[in-house]
Amino acid sequence: MAAAMPLALLVLLLLGPGGWCLAEPPRDSLREELVITPLPSGDVAATFQFRTRWDSELQREGVSHYRLFPKALGQLISKYSLRELHLSFTQGFWRTRYWGPPFLQAPSVWINLGRSSVMSSQGSSAPLSTSSTPPTQSLPLPPSNPWVWPMTLTTTFCAMLCCRGRWSAPKTSPPGRSSCPVVPRASLISFHLLQAGLSVLLKADRLFHTSYHSQAVHIRPVCRNARCTSISWELRQTLSVVFDAFITGQGKKDWSLFRMFSRTLTEPCPLASESRVYVDITTYNQDNETLEVHPPPTTTYQDVILGTRKTYAIYDLLDTAMINNSRNLNIQLKWKRPPENEAPPVPFLHAQRYVSGYGLQKGELSTLLYNTHPYRAFPVLLLDTVPWYLRLYVHTLTITSKGKENKPSYIHYQPAQDRLQPHLLEMLIQLPANSVTKVSIQFERALLKWTEYTPDPNHGFYVSPSVLSALVPSMVAAKPVDWEESPLFNSLFPVSDGSNYFVRLYTEPLLVNLPTPDFSMPYNVICLTCTVVAVCYGSFYNLLTRTFHIEEPRTGGLAKRLANLIRRARGVPPL
Amino acid sequence: MAAPLVLVLVVAVTVRAALFRSSLAEFISERVEVVSPLSSWKRVVEGLSLLDLGVSPYSGAVFHETPLIIYLFHFLIDYAELVFMITDALTAIALYFAIQDFNKVVFKKQKLLLELDQYAPDVAELIRTPMEMRYIPLKVALLQCFPQCYFSCLSDIPVSVPTHLVCPRTPLSPPAAVHTCENEEQSLLDLFLGVCHDVCGKPSGNHLPLLLPSQLLGFHPRSLWLYINVFFYTIPLAIKLKEHPIFFMFIQIAVIAIFKSYPTVGDVALYMAFFPVWNHLYRFLRNIFVLTCIIIVCSLLFPVLWHLWIYAGSANSNFFYAITLTFNVGQILLISDYFYAFLRREYYLTHGLYLTAKDGTEAMLVLK
Repeated sequence: MAAAMPLALLVLLLLGPGGWCLAEPPRDSLREELVITPLPSGDVAATFQFRTRWDSELQREGVSHYRLFPKALGQLISKYSLRELHLSFTQGFWRTRYWGPPFLQAPSVWINLGRSSVMSSQGSSAPLSTSSTPPTQSLPLPPSNPWVWPMTLTTTFCAMLCCRGRWSAPKTSPPGRSSCPVVPRASLISFHLLQAGLSVLLKADRLFHTSYHSQAVHIRPVCRNARCTSISWELRQTLSVVFDAFITGQGKKDWSLFRMFSRTLTEPCPLASESRVYVDITTYNQDNETLEVHPPPTTTYQDVILGTRKTYAIYDLLDTAMINNSRNLNIQLKWKRPPENEAPPVPFLHAQRYVSGYGLQKGELSTLLYNTHPYRAFPVLLLDTVPWYLRLYVHTLTITSKGKENKPSYIHYQPAQDRLQPHLLEMLIQLPANSVTKVSIQFERALLKWTEYTPDPNHGFYVSPSVLSALVPSMVAAKPVDWEESPLFNSLFPVSDGSNYFVRLYTEPLLVNLPTPDFSMPYNVICLTCTVVAVCYGSFYNLLTRTFHIEEPRTGGLAKRLANLIRRARGVPPL
Repeated sequence: MAAPLVLVLVVAVTVRAALFRSSLAEFISERVEVVSPLSSWKRVVEGLSLLDLGVSPYSGAVFHETPLIIYLFHFLIDYAELVFMITDALTAIALYFAIQDFNKVVFKKQKLLLELDQYAPDVAELIRTPMEMRYIPLKVALLQCFPQCYFSCLSDIPVSVPTHLVCPRTPLSPPAAVHTCENEEQSLLDLFLGVCHDVCGKPSGNHLPLLLPSQLLGFHPRSLWLYINVFFYTIPLAIKLKEHPIFFMFIQIAVIAIFKSYPTVGDVALYMAFFPVWNHLYRFLRNIFVLTCIIIVCSLLFPVLWHLWIYAGSANSNFFYAITLTFNVGQILLISDYFYAFLRREYYLTHGLYLTAKDGTEAMLVLK
């Protein structure tokens, strides 16, 4: 079924009505960028970001003219008075251990709505967790019906979203932020082809045959100036894809845009103020002989990204010299010498989660947190949302690091209510340097009502991934930069001091089996139970209402007389 | 009589202590036949740790005990084992004295009726003598201690407490009331049960989960009607057995154990502990052999079929359901057999043991 993608909204923008204004319309701008990163394991990661910034107070003034900012989302924001919206669809899993920390990881499906305050985008960058300006007006509460949000989003994004249970509000997030772990198996949506700029590379059949792809929409307000007197709305649409080099490259680690996307870049998007491709060539700079990038880049960009110093080759599509000569741009990378097979660098923080135990009665949920930094310990915020049918026993929660017990600095637990809300467990755990921390908790599996089982109950039930948020110490300190000028991938999670960077990781979603009854049981149960109850009732009724009497022997009866007749004929004594 | 009782208690405590320390403790405490969601010790511990975390234990769906249990075990959590053993011992002692009291009452009543010539002349062998009744209290205490101790002490809070808390308190008040009306001295049994009834209230409302996972009898969503059975027989039994309140209480406890939503071994053991009191009915029981076989075989098959469903994955819940159904059929027939035997004995007492029909042959008694 054809479905519209969030990026497909750009089609509407491109074909939509041109500028018509009686009054000066609010300024909006579109920046698009593609970052191609060869991963340590040999795969290639491509991250698209389309950022639309709109200088308009959506919630205060009535807005009627939408140009670059999609009308559907703008109306959503003003109608429900949202401050932030994060929606992501992911297929696959980002393997932090082998691929390194992601720019922006997303679990299978996650909706995050916020009323948090505004992000400062200029001057001194504000860290993510504090608020720079308190909200000036009291915001209405979310509608009491928890289905309103997913339904609206469903119609906008044509995806099947099923929000099970109430929205949970973790205590550590700013008040008003709530997130809903959506069923981790929502059906995905396909692309509409777009005609210009970077979106030309988004060809559905190549993008869906990848190890990992994740589409996300992030809407948040940003300050226009340092004092934050007015805000503008930022819409980021991201798509992260990881191509398996051995499948797409036929065994060789060389890649090119055409081989990955089966398309090349032909022209920049006319509405974009900036349209760039960044290629990670960190290994190139160290040793000139390792790889070759074609066409050779005109400029490079160097910065500390996610704690390490990296170099990127920049291809600016708006630069007329770039596309003019060949009318298409196919960036290719060839490895001159095969890279030494060294072990990929292990990221400082990565995690793993699994279920242990046997049988369908109980089990144990364990999360392993790895801190591979040689001498720095740092805290990690672990947020677990476990569905109600896995009854957690919080008195069995054990956290051990290096064999010793590790008590969390902060723990918040909200038990589940059957069929209403899931368990919410939030902990702030200090990870000692160079250690593995194991967080485990026992649970019991519940028997659901027979109408609550999915059509394939023996497949199992999904458990949402747990969320880890941490400020990981960087290897190289980053200098604070002007966020306006830096590339989009650098301004996702600005931090105030460069000695650490913010990372949000998600563990694997889990699949657990619940004790499944036999679905032919209702009929059998009713019949047999009614029989047993009738037996009981019958016995008791007899004993309660009847009394003992001496039975008088009955003299005759037709059957007896007949029998006696036959017996006399046979010569046998009568009854 | 004190010495044998003390001996029984000492042995019971020793066996319990040994079981607590053995590796069986962990295994038995998780068994579904022994532990129900409403009386599980693990959930009590969970509730207390929720309290320590600053969360109300009733905000989740795990903890279903009364606030009294929280207050009690908040201080006694480290001595839980001791508390269980002491409570079980106290239950045994209470039952011992209660049954002793009851025996005296029975004997007095019997003497009165004999003098009043209420009994038929030839029922001498049905009359109960103090000699045969001498060891009954001890046997009751013994039976109360041992079957339960193998199972419930490890995982349940003492069964006498939750059985009467969790499940209906109302059906047991008629027999208590009748008994107190008849006797001036308050029976210990009544006092014990009465205390259990009145002291505690259920904060979360008397909602019982309609789903009966361990027994699967109420698999159908509209299973509340099954629970009505518990209350349904109270009034007719009260009318029929108004002169025999202790027997009424016994039947009522058995009916509760059969029809309650999460029956466990402890509930069954509770009413089976009373069998020595009705030993004299043995000659009138009709199907005791078959029923004993049914109950023993079903008890042996319970863990097997549970294992096959949950752990081996080869059987399905139908098997487990069938075995619980058979067990309940056995229990129902056993109780109605005892009831039949009781009524029959009463008939014989008043009409004579050797009955003849009109034509001189041995009479057949039927219920009409």
